[in-house]
Amino acid sequence: MGFLDVLLGRSKAAQPDLDQLFAVPSAAITLEAGTAFTPTGVGAVCFKSPEGGAFAGLRDEVEKLLALDSGKFDETADAFGFTWLVRHTQPVDVEALVTDLHAANSTIADAGFGPALLCTVVAFGDGSRKLGLVYLFKRGTWYPFAPTGPERRDNALELEIRAAIGTDLKVEEDLTRWFPVYGAPGL
Amino acid sequence: MARNRFPQDRGLATRMVVTAFLLGALYAVVITALLLAHVQLGLVLVIAVVLLFSQYWFSDRIALFSMNGRIVTPEEAPQLHAVVDRLCALADMPKPAVAIADVDLPNAFATGRSPKRAVVCATTGILRRLDTEELEGVLAHELSHVAHRDVAVMTVASFLGVAAGFVTRFALYSEMFGGFNRRSNNNDQGGGVAVVFVVLLFSMVIYAISFVLTRALSRYRELSADRSGALLTGRPSALASALTKVTGEMSRIPSRDLRHAEAFNAFFFAPALSQGFSISSLFSTHPSLEVRLRQLAHISQQLGQPV
Repeated sequence: MGFLDVLLGRSKAAQPDLDQLFAVPSAAITLEAGTAFTPTGVGAVCFKSPEGGAFAGLRDEVEKLLALDSGKFDETADAFGFTWLVRHTQPVDVEALVTDLHAANSTIADAGFGPALLCTVVAFGDGSRKLGLVYLFKRGTWYPFAPTGPERRDNALELEIRAAIGTDLKVEEDLTRWFPVYGAPGL
Repeated sequence: MARNRFPQDRGLATRMVVTAFLLGALYAVVITALLLAHVQLGLVLVIAVVLLFSQYWFSDRIALFSMNGRIVTPEEAPQLHAVVDRLCALADMPKPAVAIADVDLPNAFATGRSPKRAVVCATTGILRRLDTEELEGVLAHELSHVAHRDVAVMTVASFLGVAAGFVTRFALYSEMFGGFNRRSNNNDQGGGVAVVFVVLLFSMVIYAISFVLTRALSRYRELSADRSGALLTGRPSALASALTKVTGEMSRIPSRDLRHAEAFNAFFFAPALSQGFSISSLFSTHPSLEVRLRQLAHISQQLGQPV
């Protein structure tokens, strides 16, 4: 925020940055080669739906997405009032998954709801453990998130994954922004 | 470029600028007067600066200590942390420390000298009474205070008032104690008393004006935080419902707790006031509930309009 914004006590709504989404396929290859994690074919977009007429407007966009290809996307709501649009594809087809997620994100952003976008999650697994790559729209960065149970995460694994994918993805440097998304679809 | 659904409120910005300008003008008048009168007030000003600066610098610790707040880890308060996490990710701001004060008074406050050193604190009372949506609205309001750097702005704004208060007290003391010395060994006693009296009167007037202006500025900052918070969550009505709940509950709380908390009103989400309070709205740190609800209803309406 600039000096004038501080003086006037106003904040501008942060706009999303969608550019980094397409880096996932190469990161998936790196992950498969360096660790045991492979994509599960599940990805999801998370956003906050507003109230009133704006809600109806966003609803229209979401309905359009849900109607695509006879139920390409599923919709779930979480305990914090956020909506998740979930996409299931074949595990091998990461590029198609990312393309669909990007389409969903840009539809929402183009309709003027960019500030409502929270994150996108792409799920990975190695048979026993789960891993999500979380994309923060407002910063255009990724971070790994490895839940191990309710309200528990495996920080060591997350740091290991960061080291593995650091060259493929723009990883969030500020560890305090690696916020947990327990119960995200696919995790 | 995506369309913007969140228009600025020009009226509010204008009122804030006018208030800030009047405060600035008051500074100019005081400094000019001091220069013209060749008054030596260096010591007083230094004391006021040191006092306010330390209050600003340690604002997070002072507020937490006085409200008996405790910083909690994500493991201790996963729900509260999760809400703050999501709001910070939506707004793209650094996550402040999260604290809980074990007080049944339903309230929340944010303080700290910069967004990086900020603390957001909620009382157990508010956590118990509000649902997730309402809590989110309240926390978004508090995070807006952090983003707007309200602690810094209000510290600067209240400087003159504090300094004038000091001068008034100094003048009173020097009149009471210094007066005797002058009377016993100085022929020019009438002049000395007159000067002290003028200083006293002048600083009292300055104090009164800056008090009213600071309070006005505080109310505008509250409205700004309401506005930014409501736009961040996209749900002004959740914040409005939290406000009615909190203010409704508050007038029913026993007054001992309230008086204990009144000194911290400036940091609070909704001021804690004993029932039967009737000071004119000119002197309050927060706008009235009606004004806040009206603004939120207006935002809700605006959000619904097609762009």
